[in-house]
Amino acid sequence: MSDIVAFNSVADEALPQAQTDRVVAGPRGRKPRRALSGRNIMIYGTLIIVALYYLLPLYVMVMTSLKGMPEIRLGNIFAPPLEITFEPWVKAWSSACTGLNCDGLSRGFWNSVRITIPSTIVSIAIASVNGYALANWRFKGAELFFTILIVGAFIPYQVMIYPIVIVLREMGIYGTLTGLIMVHTIFGMPILTLLFRNYFAGLPEELFKAARVDGAGFWTIYFKIMLPMSLPIFVVAMILQVTGIWNDFLFGVVFTRPEYYPMTVQLNNIVNSVQGVKEYNVNMAATILTGAVPLFVYFVSGRLFVRGIAAGAVKG
Amino acid sequence: MQNVSVSVKDLSLSFGAVTVLDTLNLDIKDGEFLVLLGSSGCGKSTLLNCIAGLLDVSDGQIFIKNKNVTWEEPKDRGIGMVFQSYALYPQMSVEKNLSFGLQVAKVPKEEIDKRVRRASEILQIQPLLKRKPSELSGGQRQRVAIGRALVRDVDVFLFDEPLSNLDAKLRSELRVEIKRLHQSLKNTMIYVTHDQIEALTLADRIAVMKSGVIQQLADPMTIYNAPENLFVAGFIGSPSMNFFRGELQLRDQRAYVHANGVDFDVSAYPSRAPFVHGQKVVLGLRPEHVRVDEAASGAQASHRAVVDIEEPMGADNLLWLKLAGQSMSVRIAGQRRYAPGTAVTLSFDMAVASIFDATSENRL
Repeated sequence: MSDIVAFNSVADEALPQAQTDRVVAGPRGRKPRRALSGRNIMIYGTLIIVALYYLLPLYVMVMTSLKGMPEIRLGNIFAPPLEITFEPWVKAWSSACTGLNCDGLSRGFWNSVRITIPSTIVSIAIASVNGYALANWRFKGAELFFTILIVGAFIPYQVMIYPIVIVLREMGIYGTLTGLIMVHTIFGMPILTLLFRNYFAGLPEELFKAARVDGAGFWTIYFKIMLPMSLPIFVVAMILQVTGIWNDFLFGVVFTRPEYYPMTVQLNNIVNSVQGVKEYNVNMAATILTGAVPLFVYFVSGRLFVRGIAAGAVKG
Repeated sequence: MQNVSVSVKDLSLSFGAVTVLDTLNLDIKDGEFLVLLGSSGCGKSTLLNCIAGLLDVSDGQIFIKNKNVTWEEPKDRGIGMVFQSYALYPQMSVEKNLSFGLQVAKVPKEEIDKRVRRASEILQIQPLLKRKPSELSGGQRQRVAIGRALVRDVDVFLFDEPLSNLDAKLRSELRVEIKRLHQSLKNTMIYVTHDQIEALTLADRIAVMKSGVIQQLADPMTIYNAPENLFVAGFIGSPSMNFFRGELQLRDQRAYVHANGVDFDVSAYPSRAPFVHGQKVVLGLRPEHVRVDEAASGAQASHRAVVDIEEPMGADNLLWLKLAGQSMSVRIAGQRRYAPGTAVTLSFDMAVASIFDATSENRL
């Protein structure tokens, strides 16, 4: 005991000195890191190069679309426009010619809207109920049904095009928007059903059981319990469908008539039209206009998209 | 059979080739608190889900209040269920959670309000009614989950490991609350757990299950003091019963279990059938039925042993000793301390011991 007292008194006397010593001597607190370490240079260098690689075409497109044709002929595609003009954008939207029509992309835009919105809504509505039934109501033959659906996802589209043309013809809706909407809805089914099934399977099973004990039936559980918990996965499905259907070219060109061509097909026709001079500025503007919708969707809902993918697609 | 609340007859359930329950029979009395106890995978939750109607049975019948409900939907069985994960609807307030089932059943608004108010009073959750489940603590959530069963005015409460997600302190608090709830409501309750303390404290009767078969169905004290077989004996009690494998020997008007060169005098054991000389048996001794350094009563032989490890637990003190070539645990009062290496004298109260046949593993 006396030893301890003695030690304490010594420590007390030496305290001010000891404290300053401790601060000065030896590492303390957070370890400093160099900003320009080799590791950081590698990581950020790579990221910057990759980002430039992807952004450069966009930059060239925007710049070109804002130039007049004389300026484009000068040939320097990276130079910003000396004289900014929005005329190519106006032309691309309202008066660029595709074949005999000279009303620009606007018609294709509205066609695409009329295709995308119903296809997205119908396919998500059906697929979410499919996924819910598969995940929670294990009916007889559910596994078989699911397997068939998934196998469907692996069959190349090209194989099915001609049979579908015949089916649509027999149904009398070949070449109409209805036919195309139906095709999009069906082709979205495997992946969307998988997405929803995995998401619903990831929700606690006891919630579903509790709702059943509470007397809720198939639809009550779906609308009152499952739907309110599933916003992220609905956003994911919405993004997948909107971008997928908007960007579709093949089905649009195969299953519709020219007056119903979606925007992508019309863009192709404008860009590839062989008459007269190549109007690069109009083509660039048209391309950006076509890509604007998926771009907009990503920017608005990107955060939810990542969350939904993490919640739904990985599990199960 | 008028006072039977839930009756399970010849119930079988198999998933493909796996048989989970095999012709199981169980009668639960009106107002009884029955605990289904077993380790995970023993079929206890499956049985509860069958009674709830959440799983279709492969064969057999289920009666609730003398009504055959084998093919009925869960809502038509007069049951309320409380789940381990609480299973509260996350997007609804506590009030909505409580009233959801009643709204689905189209109960009039005033009646819903009345029942919600009553349930929240009983469970003391009135201040929480407007909150979302995410804003509640674990104990509060489980209280709401119990309330959800309460408002539905059911005959039978089913609990599926309701306390397993709670920390130790809350668990013992809610355990008492569930017991109080049962005493005031007098409903039939079926409670699934793997926790023997919950089972022993709550149950009127315990059904100990293993691989889909009920091993013993009896009141807690019978289960504890007179386990029907080796499994029940080993499963109940912590630390578990000490087992000595040996052979019955009858000499000089006395009976002995001879194990690893040690003779345990079991003459005082209340055997159901006369002992047979040479029978292979397992002698089971609970840690608290061993006396350390006390005068043996009557002609009981005492044994010498050395303390290996001491585990002081406050109220009692657990000694691990070596006897008959194996380790055994002994529970003594907390203030009696023994340093490792101390030699002690042990004597056994064979009147409360258990002896099992080594092959059939059933109680003798």
